[in-house]
Amino acid sequence: MIPAILFWFFSVVAVASGAAVFIVNSMARASYALAVSFIAVGAIIVQLHLDYIGVITILMMVMEMAIMAVFMVMYMGMNPALMPMDMTHHKHRSAIIAVAVFVILAGGALFIPWPARIGVPPGDVTASLGQALMGSKMLVMLTISPALFATIVAALVLANPRGRYDRLGDSLTRGGADKGTAPEDPIRGGLGR
Amino acid sequence: MTLQLVLLIAAALFAVGLYGALSQQVVVMVMMGIELMINGVFLAGGGLWFYLAPTPDGQTLLLVILAAMTVEMAMGFAAATVVHRSRNSDMTDAATELHG
Repeated sequence: MIPAILFWFFSVVAVASGAAVFIVNSMARASYALAVSFIAVGAIIVQLHLDYIGVITILMMVMEMAIMAVFMVMYMGMNPALMPMDMTHHKHRSAIIAVAVFVILAGGALFIPWPARIGVPPGDVTASLGQALMGSKMLVMLTISPALFATIVAALVLANPRGRYDRLGDSLTRGGADKGTAPEDPIRGGLGR
Repeated sequence: MTLQLVLLIAAALFAVGLYGALSQQVVVMVMMGIELMINGVFLAGGGLWFYLAPTPDGQTLLLVILAAMTVEMAMGFAAATVVHRSRNSDMTDAATELHG
């Protein structure tokens, strides 16, 4: 009984706060609403016996939303919580597409004859995940890690305001002691500046 | 609490996120919509794991979804920063460089 009540509670909170993201009129409130939605989904995941994954979802997403709020302040240049705004386009068509997608997905969920469960959850789900990651599923993590590293590099390259091509020219030939020219820096560095 | 119910909630989250991703103009809000969609996929993955095949394979897939969420967020903010630097705007409508 209690798990069912908790499931319904977290489900309603997840969907309602998810919808609130696009209803509330400030971006700060929207990011808090999204954080609440993620916490509710993390709680449902914990209810599904995925303790470790549920808890890291909650921790990760709360941090992510905090970072998101910082970015919003940076982009908006003011306290976004105080600025009611409506920045949307094609509201009607978007709503129609979203409802259609929901109907299709819900129909699939309800009418597909789902197979019976194979096996039972292991006694210690977290331990079995750890052993899989360090054993048979190690290749997955080994594939994710270069992808994450590439993301770090790509994000820095995109977000960096002045890279080496700005400093040293397109062919990287400007600057250097033998050429007698200096790299183009707003503030010159090094000795004897 | 059944598989169908979990999938219904996941579908609702996905649809709400899709609405946001399509209708919002601010890049950060579009990303919030995409996050909400991945949130729905994540919940559906957890439900399918528990009700169909509770093996470590499914848990690994959930970790991959979490990693995808992180990558999306990082690259989205990087792209938004570039748009903001060059256009002084954080709206998707300003990013039309590839338009014909």
